[in-house]
Amino acid sequence: MTDPIALQAAADLFPNGISRYAVGGLLVGLGAVVIYLGTAITPGASTFLESTLSYVSGLSRFQRYVASRDWRIVFTLGIIGGAALFAATFQSGLVSSPLYQPGTTGQLYDVGGLTLWATDVQPWRLFLGGILVGIGTRVGKGCTSGHGVCGVGSASKTSIVGVITFLTVAIGTAQVVAALGVAP
Amino acid sequence: MTDRHPLFMPLILLGGVIFGFGLGFSQMARPEVVLNFLQFEDFGLLFVMFGAAIVSGIAFAVVPRLWDRAPLTGDDYGRRLKSFDRNVLVGGAIFGVGWGLSGICPGAAYASLGTGNIAILWALAGMFLGAYVQGYWRSRVSKSDAAVASAD
Repeated sequence: MTDPIALQAAADLFPNGISRYAVGGLLVGLGAVVIYLGTAITPGASTFLESTLSYVSGLSRFQRYVASRDWRIVFTLGIIGGAALFAATFQSGLVSSPLYQPGTTGQLYDVGGLTLWATDVQPWRLFLGGILVGIGTRVGKGCTSGHGVCGVGSASKTSIVGVITFLTVAIGTAQVVAALGVAP
Repeated sequence: MTDRHPLFMPLILLGGVIFGFGLGFSQMARPEVVLNFLQFEDFGLLFVMFGAAIVSGIAFAVVPRLWDRAPLTGDDYGRRLKSFDRNVLVGGAIFGVGWGLSGICPGAAYASLGTGNIAILWALAGMFLGAYVQGYWRSRVSKSDAAVASAD
């Protein structure tokens, strides 16, 4: 017996199901663990911004990351490549799975048989938001991967407080921006 | 850096590929999906963040008990522990405003580029600019702090 009220509640909270989210999350964790197993490094994504700036700026704040800047570029290229592999398979419909729910956000477009995706979110939101993300993640010692995946996985109180802070503020910001009628 | 294990970079690349594939598959690489979560329209994103943290949490708890040192670096296995200070709150709040406005965070932005989302270059340009601004400001502050300290 399945309770129709519970089913309705689940459909309201998770209109796209949970499988693509859960499988994707497990893979994100697995990617971090593969690197940890071999190297003992707990990788975060936002240090790449400062470590890459050390190639073009002599500021002490960036030069402290010189030792890790090469592998951080490789990590980032891997992330781009892995997402491109997803685009070439599931996003292009070459591979399908009951665990993958395509979704309806943004625009799909074709280039040479590949199905690529483009956001509808306005450039000014991406640019202005990006500036604040660049400042905040570096001042706050981590982002969604450093604090969220590796820090929370480490049961670090600093990271748990960091995640609660940025998650709460992000929810408030997104709700206010939506209430002001900004879309998409 | 030249004495790195030959498998070091290939392993970093492999980890990045799995990480990026996961961000694409989960659709966290789409700003719209993150914004729908933050606006309470689809809570699925919780499974991405907690799913990933559970996997890393198990590894960080189990691996150090089984082995002492990582094979490719010889480093001790540890956890990711950062000191707590006011910056964690201030930076977290600034990041939160940016994430809530744009729906994109650094790792997801790299992945978004991989799915073909050229417009995400706006966000990446912003992130580099923001990282530069805080680095410029903090390098100057620490220099003037050092000058004050040496004057004492």
